[in-house]
Amino acid sequence: MEKEKQGFLEFAYQLYKTMKTNEINLVYEGEVTQEITKTFTSLTEKSLSKNAESNTVQKKVFNVMVECLQNISKHADSLSDEENERRGIVMVSRGDDSYNIITGNIIKNERVPGLKESLEHINSLDKAGLSTLFKQQIKESTISDKGGAGLGLIDIAKKTGSKLSYQFKELNDQVSFFILTSTIKRN
Amino acid sequence: MEVINIKGTDDTPNVILDKASGQFEISGRSLPEDVNMFFEKILDWIDEYAQDPNDRTEFNFKLEYFNTASSKVILDILLKFEEIVENGKEVVIKWHYHEDEEDMLEAGEEYSDIVEIPFDYIVYND
Repeated sequence: MEKEKQGFLEFAYQLYKTMKTNEINLVYEGEVTQEITKTFTSLTEKSLSKNAESNTVQKKVFNVMVECLQNISKHADSLSDEENERRGIVMVSRGDDSYNIITGNIIKNERVPGLKESLEHINSLDKAGLSTLFKQQIKESTISDKGGAGLGLIDIAKKTGSKLSYQFKELNDQVSFFILTSTIKRN
Repeated sequence: MEVINIKGTDDTPNVILDKASGQFEISGRSLPEDVNMFFEKILDWIDEYAQDPNDRTEFNFKLEYFNTASSKVILDILLKFEEIVENGKEVVIKWHYHEDEEDMLEAGEEYSDIVEIPFDYIVYND
């Protein structure tokens, strides 16, 4: 028991060190709800303004966080059909010249090709192309029963001006883990 | 007509819709989880207004932030006003944006590419 406790303390310290070295400001794993979204965005907002980050960068980070978190709360799948919580992992890190917002969530394998195709398409476009795609999509889309408009990823690419980096790790024949990194440059 | 006056929260905007005084405004932030639920009443009000609109409507959007689901609803609102324009009444969209926020200006410009309503862009600083 004592040994186990010691192990946790060591783990907490290692985690703290890793976070410090990588300038990770926030890590969360769990259910993503509107309450969580509001809490994280407001925490991040406060810490950004404390760091005297420019208004433009603050707004972009806020914007990207909301879209990433609401994507999880609307679209994340579960490891098994019995669970219906929408969970994910969220990390915010600050580098010398950019902020990274990293999110990860479970996705059914059958949805991977479609999502990959959208991501590749978005990454192939420049600013004007993204704006055209956004306008086309906003006209054609209807609000889904999940409350999304299918515009989140386009919006992230548009506002960050950076390519979306992503990875799919197949966990078993049913589901994969989808990781998305959005990068916001600090001017 | 009934006056709509909704006070904003940290995830829903302030909304004022007042036909008699000619005040039409959506401001603050809009990132509700369920956009349909929040905006339903507003869209219904505009439908009713469109039956007998004022000769001139000035609609102020002074949003600090909105999520993509809200951006779809904003387009729905603008499309309703476009119909009012088509029916021969005057509508002007006053699109306010903070001087640091190019993205908000661009959002307004994208809407004005989609709908046939004149937009005035108004810059503000705090």
